[in-house]
Amino acid sequence: MLDDFFTRALVAGIGIAIITGPLGCLVIWRRLSYFGDTLAHSALLGVTLAYAFSLNIAFSVFVISAVIALLLLNLQKRTRLAGDSLLGLLAHSTLAIGLVLIGFLSSIRFDIMGLLFGDILAVTVEDIALVWIGGFIILGILYFIWKSLFSATVNYDLASAEGMKPNIYNMIFTLLLAGVIALSIKMIGTLLITGLLIIPAAASRNITNNPKQMVFVAILIGILSVTIGLFTSLELNTSSGPSIIVIALILFIISLIPLELRGKLQK
Amino acid sequence: MSKNNLLVSLENAGIYKSPKWLIRGVSLEVKSGQIVTLIGPNGSGKTTTAKMILNILEPDEGSLKRYTNKIAYVPQKINIDWTMPLRVVDFMRLTNNLSDNEIIESLNQTGVEKLFKEQIHGLSGGEFQRVLLSRAIAKKPELLVLDEPVQGVDFNGEIDLYNIIKNISANLNCGILLVSHDLHFVMSATDHVVCLNGHICCSGKPSSVIKDEAYIELFGEHRSKTLTYYQHDHDHTHASDGSVSS
Repeated sequence: MLDDFFTRALVAGIGIAIITGPLGCLVIWRRLSYFGDTLAHSALLGVTLAYAFSLNIAFSVFVISAVIALLLLNLQKRTRLAGDSLLGLLAHSTLAIGLVLIGFLSSIRFDIMGLLFGDILAVTVEDIALVWIGGFIILGILYFIWKSLFSATVNYDLASAEGMKPNIYNMIFTLLLAGVIALSIKMIGTLLITGLLIIPAAASRNITNNPKQMVFVAILIGILSVTIGLFTSLELNTSSGPSIIVIALILFIISLIPLELRGKLQK
Repeated sequence: MSKNNLLVSLENAGIYKSPKWLIRGVSLEVKSGQIVTLIGPNGSGKTTTAKMILNILEPDEGSLKRYTNKIAYVPQKINIDWTMPLRVVDFMRLTNNLSDNEIIESLNQTGVEKLFKEQIHGLSGGEFQRVLLSRAIAKKPELLVLDEPVQGVDFNGEIDLYNIIKNISANLNCGILLVSHDLHFVMSATDHVVCLNGHICCSGKPSSVIKDEAYIELFGEHRSKTLTYYQHDHDHTHASDGSVSS
């Protein structure tokens, strides 16, 4: 069954959607969209280093993302520049360093479009194993730390006062986010991965009224986006990453409709 | 747990935030069954002191000793973004696992059980304050820290909530640390008063604190006296639109 490139893409993509659902919700609750974007930009550097030193791409991206996250924490202690300025600084400088390094690696054949937008149709069986095993680990950890992480998301002081140890779990969450980006970078690409984190979660928020519901609906919307996106990509011969994000956007627009209707009915 | 067990003690503690000490030299204790109140003007370090007790802020000098982990907290301000869909029932379960019945029971104590399935975002300031207090009660804490728990609550509601707070201390035998502006309640219902202004101005039983010169200086002679002995007798009632009816 996994002989077919399209089936492989579908299996990997659905795996990614299941991981990005809950993490995406946390990203928008914690207002970390730009942070996710920064990690994704730095992933290009991770990929370049992986090629340069023949490392596993997911591993290299994970390490670089984790280093960037730590750097950010360190910078926040050293300067009073606002968080978004620091993120912008890290995002674009790591992206630039990555692109400069690519220039040095001219001997290696590089598919820069694939890096930026993902190449879900070049997914191997190993990639699928990586996504599903890695995803299983990430979701398993998330399940165990959910209560602490969630309470710290609602109110840090309250969680801290009532013994939920939010600083430890915030750190773990950052590593999980780096992990998700590492797993999905090859298929979705550095420029679009934040989209798959945020858009299904945002669409889900429009039609749900409690946190668990929002997480599950975000997963469903993610799976729908990946599935319809891949079929579209096959039919219309478009890049897979952008196709998935466009479908997610369409689902987001649809999610706005019931809200509008409800508003009109109340008037 | 018996009465007068030491729950938490702060010794000569202070928090430094460049370029000054927010609060310094604070020593205080909370025992079970006791209500300790922190009073003082804005910026006098009341919330900072409460946060030290809760271990949210680590003292830069001095030390904190805690003898219980069953702690509940009602913070001064909580903003929950619309992005987070949250019903009252989800909020009640934030830091512990409660059955629906336990939740309804503690919402009932502050008179807001009908809000069970409501979205947090739709509550009024007073309703939210009651939910916050219910959530803390539901934890059956040994130490309860309340930072301005009646803000945004209307006058009669304020009396209700203060009565509930008195009852919690009696029924659960828990120690309460209360940050309050309401000198009347502080002086009539609490066991120990700590008057802060960047340091401890004076502290002790309410009856001795109101005679203390530092207290009178801080709150002004007139205000400290009138508020202390102030008794509010209604000779009329208000309809819900505010008009006076006798």
